[in-house]
Amino acid sequence: MTLAAKNVSLGERLRDISCALRPGEITTICGPNGAGKSSLLQALASLLPLDGGEVTLDGEALAGHAQRAKRIGYLPQAPEIAWDVTVRSLVELGRIPHRDVARGPVEAAIAALDLTAFEQRRAQTLSGGEQARVLLARVLAGEPEWILADEPLAALDLSHQHALIGHLRASAGEGRGVLVVFHDLAMARNHADRVLVLNQGRLVADAVPSEALSVERIREVWGVETQWLGEEGKRALASV
Amino acid sequence: MNRATLTFALLLLLALPLSLLAGRVWIDPASTPNAALILSELRLPRAVLALVVGGGLGAAGAAMQGYLRNPLADPGLFGIAPGAALGAVVALWFGYAASAWLLPLFALVGAGGAMALLAAIAGRTGGIALFTLAGLMVASLAGALTALAISMAPNAFAMSEIVLWLNGALTDRSWREVWLAAPLVALGVAMLWRTGRSLDALTLGEPVARSLGIDTSRLLWLLILGIGLTVGASVAVAGIIGFVGLIVPHLVRPLTDRRPSQLIVPSALAGALLVLVADSLVRVLPLVTELRLGIALSLLGAPFFLWLLIRMRSGLA
Repeated sequence: MTLAAKNVSLGERLRDISCALRPGEITTICGPNGAGKSSLLQALASLLPLDGGEVTLDGEALAGHAQRAKRIGYLPQAPEIAWDVTVRSLVELGRIPHRDVARGPVEAAIAALDLTAFEQRRAQTLSGGEQARVLLARVLAGEPEWILADEPLAALDLSHQHALIGHLRASAGEGRGVLVVFHDLAMARNHADRVLVLNQGRLVADAVPSEALSVERIREVWGVETQWLGEEGKRALASV
Repeated sequence: MNRATLTFALLLLLALPLSLLAGRVWIDPASTPNAALILSELRLPRAVLALVVGGGLGAAGAAMQGYLRNPLADPGLFGIAPGAALGAVVALWFGYAASAWLLPLFALVGAGGAMALLAAIAGRTGGIALFTLAGLMVASLAGALTALAISMAPNAFAMSEIVLWLNGALTDRSWREVWLAAPLVALGVAMLWRTGRSLDALTLGEPVARSLGIDTSRLLWLLILGIGLTVGASVAVAGIIGFVGLIVPHLVRPLTDRRPSQLIVPSALAGALLVLVADSLVRVLPLVTELRLGIALSLLGAPFFLWLLIRMRSGLA
């Protein structure tokens, strides 16, 4: 089971990128603003028309893949909830690719994110952290094999960030492949299994966090002198 | 069947017989002379046409608001109603008002032209912003051409015919108009009903909808055809009847879980009810000449719209 990009190009945004995601792992995409992080994530979700190359799911081209929507769940950067629907209805939207509202997966997703007490709440009464949980539950309700999340931590405070990472880790533990865009390099270093570093549309590193986010690489890509503090798994990044 | 569908279906069942009896002259089936003839040839076709027109406009409004994810959207924004009105105005300009078929036919051609223009501009990319702008452009072009036709009307009679017709009405309509509009509106509502799942997915934004497997260009085509058929056919037989598509989804939404798919069928029923009741009211009002239905609904609709804006501003909507 692999979701892979082969020589993917998209104007200035993505230049000849090849990479493969593995199930059971959290892979993060890091890079400065404008490096092409969201573009790569959306290309892997088959949401962008490419200039060149292709995205494959188990070796098969993804464009026109009938199973794509069932197998890949996408969580956008800026969440949008247009109508004041209930939490339950919102989570049920995740079943659209399956054309059913199967109770099992919907209730499992609601339970996994501790939303059982919220089921009948209206979306617009939720706080930012609650909303983020509901939107992740929507993705899980579709039982995707791959979860592609674009900066899911952006609007969350520290405790909600940790809770959400815990949920993503649990999903990976169940055998899903998780790809997330992180701006916070310490989050990526501490919580990812693998890091893809992008710079100006090019893939400059694809390695374990300690290697991909070395101080040399951070200097080269972000142009900042830094130093990693603390022990492995609880690292903090300090500028020098 | 959800709560809203049931509520409005029951209200319709109550309102329909009442509206048949209501009018300048109240009909008592037992004593009014020629009651059967008046009912079957005058009141019933008019009531059925009210249901058809209102149903089409209500469903179109619900689908439109769902697609644009905006509770202030109105099917008139798409430019299809102004396009149909332009077609009808052209027919009146040439003096075809006397012909039973030419005026609605011209209106349908106008609606079709507006749909084609919309599809040509926005159809391929399927983007919502481009589509809205294209709709506004088509609407203002059709509006300008209509104004031009009025200002250059060949005679005063044609001008008054045009102005009168633009304020929609169901006066003196017969089964002929029903047979013309009903199949088109039914087909249009069926198409809009089929967009339900896609509109639900759009609740989470366009990229998420596509990630859920929604084909956004197919959705756009279904909407253009569905709104074109419902609104085009309504304008062809009744003229411009505004505000129904805007108001009705707001009346229905609180009775549903607010998912756009749950709104389309009850909005068709509520639209039918609103136009039926409004048309009965204009018949009953003790005025020298009957108040035009289009004017009556605008008189009701504009204050409602203002109230809506005030409510939204105070964050209660």
